[in-house]
Formats: sequence, C-alpha cells, structure tokens
Amino acid sequence: MSELHIVVCGSIVPDPLQTLAPMEGPTGWALKNEMMLPAVLDPWAGHALYEAAALAKKHPGSRVWLVSLAPKAKLQQVMMAVSQKAPFELVVADGPASGFTDSFETARVLAGAIKGIAGLDTGKLLLFGGWQSASRGSGAVMQMVGEMLGVTEQFQGVDKLTLRDDGSMEVKERVEGGAYQISVVSGAPAVFGWATGELPEPPNNPQIGMQNMQKNMPALMQAKPADLSGSGLKLSAVAVPQQRRETRVVKDVPVDDMAREIVEWLKA
Amino acid sequence: MSTVLFLAHTECDATLHKSALEALTAAKGLAEGLGHTLTVGIIGADVAAAADSVAGCGAKIYGVSGPGFADARYASDLAAAEAVARACEAQIIVAPATSRFSRALPGLAVRLEGRVDTHLSGLDVVGGQPVARRWFYRQRMEGTLTRSERPWVLTLDSGCAVPFSGAGKAEVEALSVDVSSVRTAVSGLECPSADQQTIRPDARVLLVAGAGWTKKQADGAVHVDVAEETILNFLTATKSSLGSSKSLVDISGEGHAVISFLTHMHQVGQTGSSPRHAKGLSTCCHGEEPHVVGWRFIGERRAINTDAGCGWAQGKCDVLYVADAFAVMKKVNELLG
Repeated sequence: MSELHIVVCGSIVPDPLQTLAPMEGPTGWALKNEMMLPAVLDPWAGHALYEAAALAKKHPGSRVWLVSLAPKAKLQQVMMAVSQKAPFELVVADGPASGFTDSFETARVLAGAIKGIAGLDTGKLLLFGGWQSASRGSGAVMQMVGEMLGVTEQFQGVDKLTLRDDGSMEVKERVEGGAYQISVVSGAPAVFGWATGELPEPPNNPQIGMQNMQKNMPALMQAKPADLSGSGLKLSAVAVPQQRRETRVVKDVPVDDMAREIVEWLKA
Repeated sequence: MSTVLFLAHTECDATLHKSALEALTAAKGLAEGLGHTLTVGIIGADVAAAADSVAGCGAKIYGVSGPGFADARYASDLAAAEAVARACEAQIIVAPATSRFSRALPGLAVRLEGRVDTHLSGLDVVGGQPVARRWFYRQRMEGTLTRSERPWVLTLDSGCAVPFSGAGKAEVEALSVDVSSVRTAVSGLECPSADQQTIRPDARVLLVAGAGWTKKQADGAVHVDVAEETILNFLTATKSSLGSSKSLVDISGEGHAVISFLTHMHQVGQTGSSPRHAKGLSTCCHGEEPHVVGWRFIGERRAINTDAGCGWAQGKCDVLYVADAFAVMKKVNELLG
C-alpha cells in the first residue's frame, strides 16, 4: 500500500484523577473550575494517535494530522506533552472540549476543519478517533464526521488494523461478550473508531516534540473560534449520584474466616 | 400523527436480543406517553421470527432482510435503517445500544438531518416532552436532557427497561435496499471457547483483578503463575465474569508482568466497560474515583485489599477484607471445591 493520509480526531479531557463536579453557568452546564483542571489527551484519541503514528512509520510518505476541538490555551499545555510521543500536524478549532456539548455540533466542526486541510487526499483518507471519549462518551462523533465527509465504510471498537499489500485492510472490532468481529474493507477511505488498540504509550522523544511544536504552534496561535451554537440540546439537570456506601472493614481476622464469609456471600 | 420508530436487528439465531426487547418497552412507553404511533423496523438476514416475537406490541412492522443484512456493517445497516425511517417518517427513533447499532445509527442522524443521543440510561415523558437520561464523564455524573430537533435518534443501554413480551403472528412490510456498493465484507467472529471465555456479561458475579496480582509479593518475588491459577480456579468454580482494573496495554507499557488471559476487553472503569452484575468482588485493586466507575452498576460489592484506606474500597464497597488476596482467594477456592 502506498502512503496514507491519516486524520486523527481527538480532544482533551480532565485528568482522570481529578474529582469532577457539574455546575450550571450562564452558557449551560460545565464542570466546576473546568479551566483550572489539569487536562490530558482523551485516552481513546491517544490510542488512535499512537496507532496512526505506527502505521505512518511503516508506510513512508504518509502524513498524520491531529484535529482537535478544544480551548486552545488548554490544548497548548497538553500538546507540550503529547507532541513528544509521535510526529503529527495539528489542526485546531478553538472551542469547548466539554462533555456537555452536542455530539452533532462537535462532528460538524471537526468535519469542517478536516475539509480545510491543505494537501489532504480524501482517496487516501483513514479517519481515526476514539470509539468513545472520557467526556461525553457518546461514541457517535466519528460516525457523523465520516458521514459528513462521505466516508461510509466505518468501524468502531477497533483493536487491530492490518494493511495488506493489495490496499485492503483487515479490521478487528470489539463486539458483545468479549468477542471480535473480523472484517475486510477493500481500501481507503474509511473511518476507524479505536478502542485501546495494541500499542503501549510511546516514550517521550524530545526531538520529535521540538519538531512538532515548531510546526504546530502557528496552528494553535491562528486557531479560529468554533461555532457550536446550532444545537437544540437542553440539559435540565446534571448530578453526581450519591454513591457513598457504609463500608464494613474486616481486619485482624483469620483468612479462613474471611474466605468462609465470602463463599457464603457468593452462594447466597 | 407523529411516529416513534423502534429499530432492532436480529441476532445470528434470527431472534431479538434482550436489550432490543428492553428498548421496545421504552419506545412503546414513549409513543404512548406522547400520543404518537409506534412503528417497528427489523433488520437482519431473516426477520420473520423476530417480527413474530414482538407482534403483540400492535405496531406496523417493516423489515429489511436478505444476505446483505446478516452481518453487522456500517454501510448496510445504515442504509436499512434509513429506508425504514423514511418509510414511516419517524420523528423519534429508539434502538438498543448494541455494538451493531452503536456503529451505524449515529450516521442516521446525519442522513436524516436530525440529531442523536446515545447510551441512554432512561427515557420518559415529562410534561408532554420526551426526556432522556445518560451518563457523562465515564459514568461519574448523570444528566437529564431533551432537545427540539427531529428526527431524534436514541440508543438505550441494556438493563434500563423491562424486556417486552408479547409474541404473535406478524405481518411484515418488506423494504428493498440496495447494498451492492458496500466495500466491507465480514469474514467472521473471533470468540474464545465457552471454557476459555472469561467475559460473561450474564454472570451473577464479577471478579475484578487488580494490578496487584502481578506485583512483588511479601517474599519480594512476582507470582504471576500463582495469580493465574488462583483467578482461573475461582472463575471455573463460580462461572463469574472477569474484569481488570487496568488495561493490558497500560500494564505491558509499564513493564509489568501480564496475566496471560487478560485482554484489553477485560478492563472495567476508566477506558474499559461498566458492566452490570448482581455482585462484584475486587481483588488487589487500588485507586480513586475514576478507577472505580467500573463498580457503578454492580449491586453488592466486596473487596480484598491489604490497604484499609484504599479508595477503590472505602465508601465504594459494602465489605472490605484487609488481607492478602493470594491467601484469601486460595482458601475461597478450597471452600468452593
């Protein structure tokens, strides 16, 4: 297969170790102190990016773009770390990365940004992203971006993508009950919503980081505000469930007694 | 009169999955509450038996069937769903959030110039308006929402409604859909054998294995072989489902030993699943709130941990056994026989 044009859609999410609380503001629901929360690249988008970089490395001449809808100041902070992981060209739409924004509006902005990429050959397009996100978690954006771009061969929950010499691709998608569906698509263009993939997070490479930031800083600086105002979505309430349980702590008790109690509970 | 369309696909045995029957209950309730007409659309290789199984709902039934619709493919499933939605001029479309429909139906919102909301945890009528509930930020907060756009495509997670029951003899109006241009062919499923499969969504108990199983124990050595045997013996004896608190990708990337039968799909919480089981037993798990979202839909929860203050357990589970999981689980297995 010749060179690939891989576009990865991915945004930022609050660091998963943070405590999150919803609050209603003048522009709708948001996270309390959202702009103060440390952020990371969405984990599934990260998997997609690392898979994209690995594929591009195997196919010389390939290009990888990371298209992100996020507040650009916050995105810049995250990119300082992500840029050291893999080479890519950044495309930025400056707007909210909130889980409470409409998935359709998010898809519309991303599709518009992708259409504006100079040099992108849609005949070679592999559109990557996460099959879910750690914010909205709709698992719907990638399908809509693909549909808006006219890409109708789509896969979700992808853990493995194998490119064949004839240009066709074998895809392993997660389905119910811990099984995989194996499909073959004749070639690009296609959409791949990645699950975790099979690659670990790459180690930091400061040299790649420097190269990335040199070409990607202008994209951050020049990012245009995204318009997500077209939604009729109304959230009437958002609440963290009352989840505290009264935990009975069993300690300083013989292992045999603990095991007996667990078995009785399992059999009850 | 406006139409609420219930969409379903058949399983490989030509039946409807329980989650589809649950979504039908929600769709029927929505149609009745809104005073809309309920219509059913079924997609699959052969939809006759599936249509009969829900004939008692009294709705008109459309079918898109044939070999081209036997397998789950985005393009063919979407084309079929679009044909049914256009045939009945659906204003609201309710479907189960199966992997097949989760792949295809977001695209339907674009085709119909509508909107989509997925993985709903509830669907009601409030003040004459459809109101949906869903989780945000990995099951950490639940929101209540509605929207003005139509058509509105909704997918409902499993376990959020009572399965519909009402078989009969159905009359199906067949719709013809051309999928000859689809470029994807499904070559099969890769499933572990029933004995090897340790992800069992219908199991009563979930055993969550934490990263502690693969770390140095009191003697300063790693005992992954013992961990594997202990976990497998428990799963064999109880037919429990297995989850892991960390993905295989993360563990291998950090240079830790890996339990051989854990796959990416075992992970619960964070980037994994949020399974629904009556009981959950976590072992060697550590972490705070984000790691614990895997617990969200587990009924009774117990944990074995050497740390009495562990965030995975304190306030999250009903009973915490402060002990070495290797020793406790060995004894548990002995008692289970």
